[in-house]
Amino acid sequence: MEDEQSFSDICGGRLALQRRCYSPSCLEFCLSCPRITLRSLTAVTCTVWLAAYGLFTLCENSMILSAAIFITLLGLLGYLHFVKIDHETLLIIDSLGIQMTSSYASGKESTTFIEMGEVKDVVINEAIYMQKVIYYLCILLKDPVEPHGISQVVPLFQGGRRQDHLCIQQKVSLGDGGILASSGRQK
Amino acid sequence: MVLKAFFPTCCASADSGLLVGRWVPEQSSAVVLAVVHFPFIPIQVKELLAQVQQASQVGVTVLGTWCHRRQEPEESLGHFLEGLGAIFSHKPWFQLCRERGSKSWSCKATHWQGPTSHAASGEDQVMLIFYDQRKVLLSQLHPPAVLPDRQAGDTTASAGGLAAVFDTVARSEALFQSDRFDEGPVRLSHWQSEGVEASILVELAKWAAGPVCLLLACLLSLVSAASACRVFKLWPLSFIWSKLSTCEQLRHRLEQLTLIFSTRKAKNPAQLMRKANMLVSVLLDVALGLMLLSWLHRKDLIGQLADALIPVADHVAEELQHLLQWLMGAPAGLKMNRALDQVLGRFFLYHIHLWISYIHLMSPFIERILWHVGLSACLGLTVALSILSDIIALLTFHIYCFYVYGARLYCLKIHGLSSLWRLFRGKKWNVLRQRVDSCSYDLDQLFIGTLLFTILVFLLPTTALYYLVFTLLRLLVVTVQGLIHLLVDLINSLPLYSLGLRLCRPYRLAAGVKFRVLEHETGRPLRLLMQINPLPYSRVVHTYRLPTCGCHPKHSWGSLCRKLFFGELIYPWRQRGDKQD
Repeated sequence: MEDEQSFSDICGGRLALQRRCYSPSCLEFCLSCPRITLRSLTAVTCTVWLAAYGLFTLCENSMILSAAIFITLLGLLGYLHFVKIDHETLLIIDSLGIQMTSSYASGKESTTFIEMGEVKDVVINEAIYMQKVIYYLCILLKDPVEPHGISQVVPLFQGGRRQDHLCIQQKVSLGDGGILASSGRQK
Repeated sequence: MVLKAFFPTCCASADSGLLVGRWVPEQSSAVVLAVVHFPFIPIQVKELLAQVQQASQVGVTVLGTWCHRRQEPEESLGHFLEGLGAIFSHKPWFQLCRERGSKSWSCKATHWQGPTSHAASGEDQVMLIFYDQRKVLLSQLHPPAVLPDRQAGDTTASAGGLAAVFDTVARSEALFQSDRFDEGPVRLSHWQSEGVEASILVELAKWAAGPVCLLLACLLSLVSAASACRVFKLWPLSFIWSKLSTCEQLRHRLEQLTLIFSTRKAKNPAQLMRKANMLVSVLLDVALGLMLLSWLHRKDLIGQLADALIPVADHVAEELQHLLQWLMGAPAGLKMNRALDQVLGRFFLYHIHLWISYIHLMSPFIERILWHVGLSACLGLTVALSILSDIIALLTFHIYCFYVYGARLYCLKIHGLSSLWRLFRGKKWNVLRQRVDSCSYDLDQLFIGTLLFTILVFLLPTTALYYLVFTLLRLLVVTVQGLIHLLVDLINSLPLYSLGLRLCRPYRLAAGVKFRVLEHETGRPLRLLMQINPLPYSRVVHTYRLPTCGCHPKHSWGSLCRKLFFGELIYPWRQRGDKQD
């Protein structure tokens, strides 16, 4: 079954959270980040080209203009391939593990899988950003050496960095808490 | 816990039969390795499994039945399949079923209680996870999971359920040795059942590697013995060898070649990768060196270089002379102490004059020397670059000498000044307590001390200026040499074989796995596809980096500035085994 809700992040961009339940033991959450707008793209391109034209009038060298075009193209490709995240998916499979996938605007996908044996707990952390407090979900990993220690804190949904998960925390934690609790009981 | 069944994708279209694999009770997962087809004799199947278990130390058993059929099952087939559960008893007993030509699978796992209590057998939810057997067999997980010693195939640790799956498949090679063209008693289906994978080139290379390695190992041991003989350990020669970076690089390469061609086999995959990386690095080095050699000879650059070398050295010396004349005058408007200025300036000018004479003496032999040095490029580009760095060091030796003279003078002056400054304030350095104590001086001590202090203070700008100028020149030369060494280190340490493997066969270097949910219908079991998540390039370089000569600057910026201020000599890199000055 599918379920969709929309929220907004602290900068006002639109976020959409989609929840799919494949089976009682498998759950998927998909968070779509705000898209790149034509206005920002035009603004950046115009700034770069105006600066290049200004340099050209100073130096009278036409290589500057070609260089500006190359820089704009390469910069845009690099931004789409390495920086701009389109949507992030969290797949929770009972007694197997948790998988986080980030899909970039150019189509690249980067996946991390954490086995259930390594997960200690899923918590909501507070962080102070500028003048407000934002909340984000993270996974605590077990320390192989010390049984009660924590080796790493892995934040979830890091794509749109300034997202406030307070509005979506409830849905996600209720959903995956159930699976984690059931797998915890069985261990 | 939900039961998991790892099923190989190559068996998804196989005919009906028995599922053979390993059951991991801690993870509640069954790893299916192969399918045994009808007809078979149960005794022979059990014998085969016992053989495989002994050869591979993996607890391979019959896990259940596999049914690939056209239409609804007949009653007799159903009973037959359940009867098999009595012959090969296993808890839980899996029954996988697939309709031919469609994507609907069904899977049951029953706990067989016995023939009488048939109704009390429980059924559990099963999750099907498909994996590519060939890729999982060939891949290595990073970081390598350390699984404890096993007795007859049982693992007692909860070390990563997925590491156990990879380990099981990797160790069960004995099961995959027979293909469908063999006339064995049991017919199996697995990733190699269409024909065992082999390559003639690889087999030939393996056969030829033995004698070639032996021959090269003997040659290399002869070379190392020759270089370790006592003649080279005498004082002047050993000092020169330790200072030249070419010798260091040649020694490093000799060590690497000895390791590559040693007749001992690699103990683990990491060592094998290291050997392969070293071999590729050496081959690339030699290839680049030969390219450089052919380019130099094609344009007769060696002759041009030899012709240009003497005028360049003359030009550098002239520029230095101009610099010294400028310092002896009123540099940047500062007023120098005339006498000291003249003394220092004339001393350095005479030094340059001597240097130019030596260069002119050597000029007839330069072309021959350069030609022979150019030949050394066929030993590798790194050797050629090291020679270039050494030539730069030799040609700028006079700058190094000036820097040492200036630094020593300045250092003496600073120490004298600090000691006399303490006297000026009525204090003294207590060597016993390692601290500054007050001290009462006699009048004549104070008088002479203050006089000397004043003299040193007024001579300070001259000495400081000479020191500054020559230190800057020396730092310039050191920067150029440092860049060359950086390039040499890069060629030495880059793991090209691992990077190539990551580019062409990304499944070989695995950082982990990723799952994809396949088409799901309600009432059917959940099906997932497990794929290998390859290692990112930065981690490949970090994990498989080769060790370099280790000539890296050991100072932080703070200690460097401190040394410069106090006039202590800077050695930008230390060769191994050098004593501190």
